[in-house]
Amino acid sequence: MEPINIEATPKTPSVKFNNETGVMEIKGRSIPENSIEFYKPLVDWLEVYAKNPLKKTQVDVHLEYFNTSSSKCILDIFKKLEAIHKAKHEVVINWYYEEDDEDMLEAGEDYESIIRVPFKMIEIVD
Amino acid sequence: MSFNLKEYYDNLSKGDVILAYKGSITSELINDVLEGVEKKLAEANEESKTRKKIYNVLVESMQNLFHHIEEYHEGINENLDPKFGILVVEKDGDSYKVTTGNFINSSKIKYLKEKIDKINSLTKEELKDMYKFILNHQKLSAKGGGGLGLVDIARKTGNKLEYAFYNYNNNYYFFNLTIRV
Repeated sequence: MEPINIEATPKTPSVKFNNETGVMEIKGRSIPENSIEFYKPLVDWLEVYAKNPLKKTQVDVHLEYFNTSSSKCILDIFKKLEAIHKAKHEVVINWYYEEDDEDMLEAGEDYESIIRVPFKMIEIVD
Repeated sequence: MSFNLKEYYDNLSKGDVILAYKGSITSELINDVLEGVEKKLAEANEESKTRKKIYNVLVESMQNLFHHIEEYHEGINENLDPKFGILVVEKDGDSYKVTTGNFINSSKIKYLKEKIDKINSLTKEELKDMYKFILNHQKLSAKGGGGLGLVDIARKTGNKLEYAFYNYNNNYYFFNLTIRV
């Protein structure tokens, strides 16, 4: 399988999924009208990766904004990670939020309460 | 008296308007509005917390229009663009007001009214639970709508959704939604 490397657009984040390092990164804004088009290939990629994952998978979610359409797709991504974690592989989700952005922190906590994967909430201070 | 679109829009555009638009709600329009409002709020030195909340409300309210407005409205003689909607962003004292307007088929009013009344009746904690429930249990529609937009708006602004339905003709009402940020 090939790593994923997608550049950001005004409505979609940059994505780097690397199956050789086990580091996955989603960064930027995610506000497409139809998020399925954007996220389905990512979810499919993770499904393949999950069959033979590295010992440790690290996911850095560094979103400035995301819309409610994206929120469900992000949950689908996290569910794939949950499956990897459940199969006794190490998974950690680093959830970045900007200083004082309580809404983004709360959004991370929402996912943390639904998904059984360790989350790390990381505040970015300017 | 039946609903008068021109009067309605003129009235809305009277305040301290940052942006007023009527016409087709397209993906490109949403980009332009977000970019334009973001720029104006930055110029006004609005604090980043407020800017983000307004941005979120704009994304969700415009994408709600984008997903739900009908392409054509039969029997409305207003020379409407396809997917016609209205958006006004204004400053109102210390806060901001985002208003959207669109024609809605009479048959859809009951569902929408019940949904908004339900959202307005909930506490912050209950809204959070509702959001998480929908997030975890409902599938996205083919168009990408998730049924979460209004819940998210109410949750993030902490304000009630203000709405009105104005009768236009036998088939259509005009739906006005005002969100305070």
